[in-house]
Amino acid sequence: MKAIGGSGVPIEVLLVEDNPGDVRLTQEAFLDANPSVHLHVASDGVEAMAFLKREGSHSHDPRPDLVLLDLNLPKMDGRQVLAHIKEDERLKTIPTVILTTSDAENDIAKCYGLQANCYLTKPVQLHAFEALVRSINDFWLTKARLPQTP
Amino acid sequence: MPLEVLVVEDSSGDIRLTREAFRDVNPFIHLEVAHDGVEAMAFLRRQGVHLNAPRPDLILLDLNLPKMDGRQVLALIKEDDTLKTIPTVILTSSEAEADVLKSYQLQANCYLSKPMHFEAFHALVKCINDFWLTKVKLPQQRDNVDEPEPGAHAGYERSPKKSRGTKSGGTKSGATKSGATKFDATRRNNESDRRQRSAH
Repeated sequence: MKAIGGSGVPIEVLLVEDNPGDVRLTQEAFLDANPSVHLHVASDGVEAMAFLKREGSHSHDPRPDLVLLDLNLPKMDGRQVLAHIKEDERLKTIPTVILTTSDAENDIAKCYGLQANCYLTKPVQLHAFEALVRSINDFWLTKARLPQTP
Repeated sequence: MPLEVLVVEDSSGDIRLTREAFRDVNPFIHLEVAHDGVEAMAFLRRQGVHLNAPRPDLILLDLNLPKMDGRQVLALIKEDDTLKTIPTVILTSSEAEADVLKSYQLQANCYLSKPMHFEAFHALVKCINDFWLTKVKLPQQRDNVDEPEPGAHAGYERSPKKSRGTKSGGTKSGATKSGATKFDATRRNNESDRRQRSAH
């Protein structure tokens, strides 16, 4: 579990991603786009749920303002993580953005059915990936109103 | 391929600004307007005069509405298995923290506050277009799904023939019956779509 960030009121983002290359690209893109973002990383679905429920070593971790969730994850699948988040009265208000390489129509429909807040596909090209992270920052962390931590 | 956006809004000034802003940023958007919550639900359920209404790709929902409140509309959308997959963005002048929290509890896809000034409103509509209607993958119209999940509601079976459905269905029926070929065809479409986007 790592955190990056800078000055200002921190915005806590949980990235659930098992690919170290994608983790690094996301960290670097957020550092460029918004130094107030604290990016926390869970590398599988079980760790993501422990982080969100503040279990074990995560008892002092913050509640994320936004979750970026990959679908294909070890231990517990991203679809299951999404279902757990949206079934939990305390967690369901956290905007959960699917960020995955899958562009299968079934995955898109399934995730909106499970009440994912939005579904984004990871671009293959580096500059497009950086642009997508900037878009996530500009839209979700700048324009959208996020619920305050209850 | 037109994108269908349903704006649920009672202020005629805001409707006009939204229409003009979308016309500027994306001429492929087909904007439909419901002026109160009851009309919004009739549109979504294709009742009465809305029998041939398209299924929206995105809903922009105000909270304070006559006849039926936006919070009730949101709750009804997100309780309905055929409607809940339509991304529903709250667009309201309310800044109240309680409204933000309540909307996310009811599974609004996102909450945006309407800016006071025209330029900022225009910029927000551009932002909605650039993010929700450009970057985000929206669910395909249920009419187009080849193999609906078992037990899926069939509320849209009586849907009218839509240009959107015809186009996409045409691509798929052009492939052979082999699932792999179908998948490849879909992937190719997606990849060319992605290339087009990255070229911009």
